[in-house]
Amino acid sequence: MKLYHIAHSRAGDKGNISTLSLIPYDAKDYEFLCQKVTVERVKEHLKEIVFGEIIRYEMPHISSLLFVCQDALLTGVTTSLAIDTHGKALSYALLEMEIEP
Amino acid sequence: MKNQIRIGCGAGFSGDRLEPAMILAEQGNLDYLVLECLAERTIALAQKRKLADPAKGYDPLLERRIEGLLPLLVKNNVRLITNMGAANPMEGAKKIIEIANKQGILIKVAAVIGDELSDELKEMSDEISKFNNEDFAINLIKNHSSLNPLFSPLISANAYMGVEGILEALQSEANIIITGRVADPSLFLAPMIHEFGWATDDYNLLGQGTVVGHLLECAGQVTGGYFADPITKPVTNMDTLGHPFADIFSDGSAIISKVEGTGGVVNLATVKEQLLYEVVNPFAYLTPDVSANFTTVHLEQIAENQVKVWGGTGHEKPSTLKVSVGFQAGFLGEGEISYAGQNALARARLAGDTLEKRLKADFPDLRTDYVGVSAIHRTDFAHQIEPYEVRLRVAANADTAQKAALIGEEVEALYTNGPAGGGGARKYVTELVGIVSVLVDRNKVIPEVIIF
Repeated sequence: MKLYHIAHSRAGDKGNISTLSLIPYDAKDYEFLCQKVTVERVKEHLKEIVFGEIIRYEMPHISSLLFVCQDALLTGVTTSLAIDTHGKALSYALLEMEIEP
Repeated sequence: MKNQIRIGCGAGFSGDRLEPAMILAEQGNLDYLVLECLAERTIALAQKRKLADPAKGYDPLLERRIEGLLPLLVKNNVRLITNMGAANPMEGAKKIIEIANKQGILIKVAAVIGDELSDELKEMSDEISKFNNEDFAINLIKNHSSLNPLFSPLISANAYMGVEGILEALQSEANIIITGRVADPSLFLAPMIHEFGWATDDYNLLGQGTVVGHLLECAGQVTGGYFADPITKPVTNMDTLGHPFADIFSDGSAIISKVEGTGGVVNLATVKEQLLYEVVNPFAYLTPDVSANFTTVHLEQIAENQVKVWGGTGHEKPSTLKVSVGFQAGFLGEGEISYAGQNALARARLAGDTLEKRLKADFPDLRTDYVGVSAIHRTDFAHQIEPYEVRLRVAANADTAQKAALIGEEVEALYTNGPAGGGGARKYVTELVGIVSVLVDRNKVIPEVIIF
């Protein structure tokens, strides 16, 4: 199962950092996401995109996770050679991740 | 002192739609309308326009936005707070007065200045500290601390100011407050402090107020914009997407909503996406006013298109301010060409390989993308689906426009020298403005208010 089917995400950018939220449609899936979507799993999944450290923040009051990914935007908005300089579409790269139900 | 105010946000970036703000001003029953129009790079581009013409450098859409909004703002007694001043709030304020005179409307406008550090940068260069370990930024300033474009790649240096200047302006009679660089949430926090009499060191209130400002600052991004997915997150009437307003209470709690009859949706999912948007540390979301803690925030849907937000907290504001430094970053050269039908990807790859052979020596960082396959995520996660059509796109940076143009020229030359069936070649050269951030002592940045 892809994360896409149980959660949604929005990507943000600050310099060369990409921020990726991960929000379950059903708040009951929050614990499940905390178990399955570890920093190690996300690092492996995004290995061709994120080259720096990834920090995961847990937000239990709003049943959401936030992944802050360093060195993820090919130097950042203003000088990156990528088409999507902000990495705005990277939310859907995270949602491509396969997890076992 | 009031115990409740309503603030709307009618623009989340410089190029945002015009009419949602008009709808908010007309039907929103607002106390304040905020237009947030300055992204990180916008001010450097505005600075370039100001260098070319000293009467410019404010937001290029200022005239059109103000012409439409002014009669509605005055009729409904709504105060406008906006950072459309960009690199030139003074000239922006004068332009607004000029428009008001033309419309026969008598108003006062306050310009908040002091964010521009162009002249101060040189003398401060020993006190500037690193933001995000960008040694590059420090070197750039130390070695090129003059902002004279003839001698230096530096274009602009603007500090993110907090609520102070806006608070002073709110004490005046000004109907419109126009600023340069101010932290986005401060545009919203200032009227809360002003109306509720919050102490500027009551960091829990300032933290919660900053949460509300952060939710509103991208306008349509909290009302279903940049959210919709037709399968998992359907949103109705995106063509008439309403921009948000918040009813804010004196304890900082707020209800996020939008004007009835407008398109879009406000629900827990839209609010959560926006709450976490561009947040690098939810325990310490730093603004010039407060270090806000987003992890204590609670949300509840209380009615259709109404989400209550409360519980945000905060700690003492930072002793430094972030300064965005704009610099000339050379030129971007790009070229594109499409292949479709049988073997489209293989033909696009042959074209890409051919270009790499011809360009790699002069452009070692040449980037080759296959649009429709792996250009956006920079991988296809090994899906290896054969696409019906592919667009090849190559890009590289260069010191001069002439050199950057070589990229597009080589792509175009594939018409007669490249693989079969290539079509729709396009070439682009773009002048690049880079942005780096540094930190300065906040006491070096002094806001000033000028009333017109």
